[in-house]
Amino acid sequence: MNNGSGMVERRGSGLWLTHLGLVVGILFIFFPIWLAFVASTVAHREIVQPPMPLLPCNEFFDNYSLALTSGINAPVARMLFNSGVMAIGIAVGKILISLLSAFAIVYFRFPGRKLFFWLIFLTLMLPVEVRIVPTFEVAANLKMLNSYSGLILPLVASATATFLFRQFFLTVPDELAEAARVDGAKPMRFFVDILLPMSRTNIAALFVILFIYGWNQYLWPLLITTDPDMNTIVMGLKQMFPSGDEIANWPVIMATSILAMVPPVIVVIGMQKLFIRGLIESEK
Amino acid sequence: MATVALENLKKSFGQNEVIHGVSVDIEEGEFIVIVGPSGCGKSTLLRMVAGLETVTSGIVRISGRSVNDDEPMDRDIAMVFQNYALYPHMSVFDNMAYGLKIAKVPHIEINERVSNTARLLQLEEFLKRKPRELSGGQRQRVAMGRAIVRKPSVFLFDEPLSNLDAKLRVQMRLEIKALQRDLGVTSLYVTHDQVEAMTLADRMVVMNNGFADQIGKPLDVYANPQTVFVAGFIGSPPTNFLDASQFAAGPAGGTIGIRPEHIRLSAKGRLEAWVTSTEPLGADTLVHLRVAGGSLVTVRQDASAAIPPEGTSFCLDWNESDTLFFNAEGKRIDAASG
Ligand SMILES: Nc1ncnc2c1ncn2[C@@H]1O[C@H](COP(=O)(O)OP(=O)(O)OP(=O)(O)O)[C@@H](O)[C@H]1O
Ligand SMILES: [Mg+2]
Repeated sequence: MNNGSGMVERRGSGLWLTHLGLVVGILFIFFPIWLAFVASTVAHREIVQPPMPLLPCNEFFDNYSLALTSGINAPVARMLFNSGVMAIGIAVGKILISLLSAFAIVYFRFPGRKLFFWLIFLTLMLPVEVRIVPTFEVAANLKMLNSYSGLILPLVASATATFLFRQFFLTVPDELAEAARVDGAKPMRFFVDILLPMSRTNIAALFVILFIYGWNQYLWPLLITTDPDMNTIVMGLKQMFPSGDEIANWPVIMATSILAMVPPVIVVIGMQKLFIRGLIESEK
Repeated sequence: MATVALENLKKSFGQNEVIHGVSVDIEEGEFIVIVGPSGCGKSTLLRMVAGLETVTSGIVRISGRSVNDDEPMDRDIAMVFQNYALYPHMSVFDNMAYGLKIAKVPHIEINERVSNTARLLQLEEFLKRKPRELSGGQRQRVAMGRAIVRKPSVFLFDEPLSNLDAKLRVQMRLEIKALQRDLGVTSLYVTHDQVEAMTLADRMVVMNNGFADQIGKPLDVYANPQTVFVAGFIGSPPTNFLDASQFAAGPAGGTIGIRPEHIRLSAKGRLEAWVTSTEPLGADTLVHLRVAGGSLVTVRQDASAAIPPEGTSFCLDWNESDTLFFNAEGKRIDAASG
């Protein structure tokens, strides 16, 4: 709050300098993306002979339709769909499971409650890469190779999100739960009617973070899918890179990169308002 | 409306017993105030009646039926919490309607009951607002409304006014009293404020460290405190206590108590004392004196009397009938204790 009013009061050259700094920063970050976009709209021969153009050309439609429909192993459209299913599955699954487990840990006294909490907490120390071999073994035994459940389920159990919701639930006054109990709400009713709406902004923030986490997964999909039809976009992108003396179609690769970026951007922009509130809000 | 009976109620948290057997019979429509200092177990007692805390031993009866094993909602009670516990994401209307919705009351009836209650509490213009858009006093009203709208047979209040400023507290106190009288609902009200207790209660329960020291009408309790604790807690400024051994009639090892308004400053009397300070309050004046033994005594004298300068010496005098005798255990022992 204090910062805010300080910023409003700043006038003249200070204000311009601040803006200049921001604009330069944005240009700096945005430039590679712009180059990728330009590269995705030119013909192949233009890209290999310098200088590289800085404004879009007219091959946009050709390159993108080529990418969407053919791709290298599988059409990009198919891989985008796979990534979408995986990212949404992971985000929704993680949020559901961690909401429920945090609810159990905070509001119920059951034997082994502390133990379960610490077990969950311990898995914080183990990222996917560390437990990847045993996880693969289990997934293979359960015949989950080349399936959406194989892509999603092993990544769903989440200590971070459980921990976050636990911290949030602990800040909810006990009296709220008691008032609901006096009002006649059973535990699940309290969870759905009161706790869920109160965690709305936290859920939105987590959804954005987890969607991007799921979208960017590389190693796990690489292991669990062999069927090109189940490939995800991040894998596909990697496979498009030339190996040996193949000639790569760079405009199509760039078009694919841009396409791979679009869904996370849409999610971030769509949820921006809730997301930012979720990050800064310290609601009662 | 209902009667409430607490039968030798005890509560322990682990090994630690915090309520040591409280028995009260509450009549239909009665306003009972549970009063005592912080940590004496008032909230715990109320929460056992509400069903938010299990009963270690003893029985809670509502309308004669033991409710020890009932969930709060099956006890036909409504509770107003100290911090109001309004659902932050729901409008005032939804806050009040929530319990009715769960009870599957038809929509039309919910609307009617909520708007009637809102009218009663002058909340009509706020029905669409969220709790955070209300002032403290308005939130307090919503919390009351949420209790009233369910038409329970018992109201439970846990220090509902302690988050309000002094002026609003007086106003809400009067409103609560008027409402309770109109609705005629049996009420248990917890407070640590003895003025609130005196003004609201039909009968009050004075709690001391997990014991109900005295149960009775406010003026009876004031006039006839049964223990040193009650005599000291009820009344402001508190009762003066003096070592009984210096008086012929006093019990060995006990204390005597005299209310500040019962002591006269005169030339002749039972005890000599020196004025240490005075506090003119407008309607009356508090005179603080030190007696020969070193203990401090407060005297309330009428504003019309001259304010004595510091250091003046007086004799303190009082009527024998105004003297409260307590034995070494702090129990009242003179005739009036009955
Ligand atoms: N859940 C609990 N676990 C252990 N001890 C508790 C618990 N709740 C209350 N106590 C203890 O019981 C005693 C009575 O507490 P209680 O909340 O009833 O006091 P109170 O009279 O309401 O005080 P206040 O006026 O401060 O609200 C206190 O000593 C407190 O420490
Ligand atoms: Mg309390």
